Amino acid sequence: MNKLPQWADVVLVPLISLLLAALVAAIVLLAIGQSPTAALGIMVKGAFGSANGWGYTLYYTTSFIFTGLSVIVAFHAGLFNIGGEGQAQLGGLGVALVCLALPWPHWTVALLAASLGAAVFGAAWAAIPAYLQAKRGSHIVITTIMFNYIASALIVYMLVDVLRPAGQMDPASARFPAGAKLPALSDMPFISEFFARMNPDGTPKLTKAGLQMYSNVPANVTLFIALAACLVVWLLLWRTRLGYQIRAFGKSEAASKYAGINPVKITMIAMLISGGLAGMMAINNVMGSAERLLQNSAEGAGFIGIAVALMGRNHPLGVLLAALLFGFLYQGGAALGLNTTIPIEMRVVVQGLVILFTGALDQMVRMLLVWVFGFGRKAVA
Amino acid sequence: MVATANNGGRQATAALTPYAIELKGISKAFGPVQANKDINIAVPRGTIHGIIGENGAGKSTLMSILYGFYRADAGEVYINGKLTPIPDSQSAIRAGIGMVFQHFKLVQNFTVLENVILGAEDGPMLNTSLAKARKVLGDLSREYEMDVDPDALIEDLSVGHQQRVEILKALYRQADILILDEPTGVLTPDEADHLFRILNGLKDQGKTIILITHKLREIMEATDNVSVMRRGTMVATVKTAESSPESLAELMVGRKVLLEVEKVKATPGAVVLAVENLRVKDDDGIERLKGVSFEIRAGEILGIAGVAGNGQSELLEALGGIARATGRITLKGVDLPLVGLAANGQTRRAAGIAHVPEDRQHLGLIMDFSAWENVAFGYHNDPKYQKNAVFMDNDALRADTERKMATYDVRPPIATLAAKNFSGGNQQKIVVAREMEQNPDLLLIGQPTRGVDIGAIEFIHKQIVALRDAGKAILLVSVELDEIMSLSDRIAVMFDGQIMGTADPETTNERELGLLMAGVSGKA
Repeated sequence: MNKLPQWADVVLVPLISLLLAALVAAIVLLAIGQSPTAALGIMVKGAFGSANGWGYTLYYTTSFIFTGLSVIVAFHAGLFNIGGEGQAQLGGLGVALVCLALPWPHWTVALLAASLGAAVFGAAWAAIPAYLQAKRGSHIVITTIMFNYIASALIVYMLVDVLRPAGQMDPASARFPAGAKLPALSDMPFISEFFARMNPDGTPKLTKAGLQMYSNVPANVTLFIALAACLVVWLLLWRTRLGYQIRAFGKSEAASKYAGINPVKITMIAMLISGGLAGMMAINNVMGSAERLLQNSAEGAGFIGIAVALMGRNHPLGVLLAALLFGFLYQGGAALGLNTTIPIEMRVVVQGLVILFTGALDQMVRMLLVWVFGFGRKAVA
Repeated sequence: MVATANNGGRQATAALTPYAIELKGISKAFGPVQANKDINIAVPRGTIHGIIGENGAGKSTLMSILYGFYRADAGEVYINGKLTPIPDSQSAIRAGIGMVFQHFKLVQNFTVLENVILGAEDGPMLNTSLAKARKVLGDLSREYEMDVDPDALIEDLSVGHQQRVEILKALYRQADILILDEPTGVLTPDEADHLFRILNGLKDQGKTIILITHKLREIMEATDNVSVMRRGTMVATVKTAESSPESLAELMVGRKVLLEVEKVKATPGAVVLAVENLRVKDDDGIERLKGVSFEIRAGEILGIAGVAGNGQSELLEALGGIARATGRITLKGVDLPLVGLAANGQTRRAAGIAHVPEDRQHLGLIMDFSAWENVAFGYHNDPKYQKNAVFMDNDALRADTERKMATYDVRPPIATLAAKNFSGGNQQKIVVAREMEQNPDLLLIGQPTRGVDIGAIEFIHKQIVALRDAGKAILLVSVELDEIMSLSDRIAVMFDGQIMGTADPETTNERELGLLMAGVSGKA
């Protein structure tokens, strides 16, 4: 009946949801005898207060952009892909196999090949649930969750029995060759100024505490690929014929059949793109940061992607902003654990609250706003 | 016994005023939309009172207020001259109001008797209620010519019988005032005639009946008085005998309307579509289309009449490439694929078939998509909408949409507005514009004017005839007999998945068609 103006729907609803989450988090903090304002200060400072903090925040953001985009592409086709976590792990396997295959001459070549490997492996992992959904009607939510577990088991097997170098104790692949090392943001021209350890005059940069700057940040060139991916996904969904068919199919399967859109084809393609995007997250964490494949490499980013997509209103720009927010929560939360007696679990609580309010209770805020707006209109009239 | 006393009491007050219902100054707004504006209406006792108006005129809202579903923002309801607030439907029932909805509210796997007492049980044990209901039902059936087997399951009853159960339900609850919302939409002409006989019988017993409909013919046949609503206001209440369909239509729309379709005699050309022994099974493996054969020539409209659910939808879906089928379909002499990947909406469109589906909101449009996105729907592969191999030409598409909206008088003419924000008639115009402007060899058009207001009906009918005159073949499927009879050049009647017979619209009449629709072969 009553409709919210678009700006309120896009800006106000998430903002109020966030404030509510922050409010409840503050109450929790007060209840355990901590100061919410101090905690917020530490989080902001930890995430954005230093070059180093930015380095981590942007690193997390990059991963979340990929998994968030993965969720929205599937979602526009009416498919809820919860398997981002498994697809990202498989993407990691693809990256590792590519990186270890050759002594790569230059990182750009390695990056291209590894991106392809990550996307193909992630897409392949999504293809099986997609096929089961399209042909057999097995619900994709169930199968993708199951495939997350299978992915973890597969990776453990690969690490223990196949990829582990002889004599190594921990279940991990060998370190990638030097030619496959991606430049961190702190190594890149122009940007490196911000992260540089040295002042232009050659003296070491010091932090406010008087410590020498730590230059090696995990955020790397993949960030730019993630930003490009946002643009590509937007173009795909709203400017191409394929995107048109994906969105039509997601809105109404019956109508799509009338229009002659092949449901099997669209389900497969949308899930392949979705899985490929989730897989590409691995070039950020596996290739760009860890430089070898470890167990559980995705570290939950696949699931965070769902929250990012929900909060980002299934739009690439929204995903970008939401990924930044969750990057802040991750890095700020870590700073909280490092610098205060607030238990590290508090960061999980805060993330949980943000997901609860922006995702699950989003409709509550909207109804409230509809009421407020309706009231305003009546008062004017 | 208490109920009888109640009834008596009601009749005692009744003597004070001749009106069973009086609504005074009823207003109701939904947000910015004023659904009812200061409505006044008085319904004399023992009459059949028609309420007529276009979709969205506010008829349903007004009746929902009377039945306690909505609360009016302002206004008063008088039942038998007594001010009666109706906050919920329980109060409406207590006040003697019964309602028969367009979509029946019956439990499918309960018996008639169980449905009748549902919500009106006398105590925790059912035996006594069932026994009482059996007796009351027997009396009512005899009295009003409403024979229904009290022990039959609802799912085994025909639609007409189910409707009688709804009426019996209301009468069992001692209803003196009966509201029927579009009661004939699902009935054959015969069943509709029977319904009107029942209603007349009820009227003779002193019951008051309110009949909501958009069919002028029913108003003329069945009612004593008629109230016309337009855009939330009551524009007139007249004696039916003193009005005419033309004057009522003019009151409804607010301008002169052409009720009859003007068309010259068809000059059929070569055969465009030939269908042989077409069969379609549904998802449960039940055969819904049982061997249908017919031809349509260029410049000819073939009308398929029939009660909804007798295979017309499956016929359209098989021709439109949505449903798998067996048999043979040839378009201009070329066989079309009936199964497999090649049988889809894209190949059908490429072959020259355009399809306005029966259910535009479910099939024909993506309701969340804007008008311009919907104009490409089904034709998204059309080269004229592509910028290059990768991107669609959205600007060209928007321009094309604006042009079509202007030609087909879609209101408001905003290409970026979502389909769901247009009225039913304008949604239909978008679909019709999209399909007709493809200049197809064959147009499939199902229920072209369902839920469409009179002004738009006139327009859509003109477009169909114009397409015919341009030498195209048209398959028209409609449950509205008037529409079939006035538009078609030939009529085929479907019953139970088969064509029962064909008729010439010049010489046939509703009775002949009605018999065919009911499965009785008229000429045998």
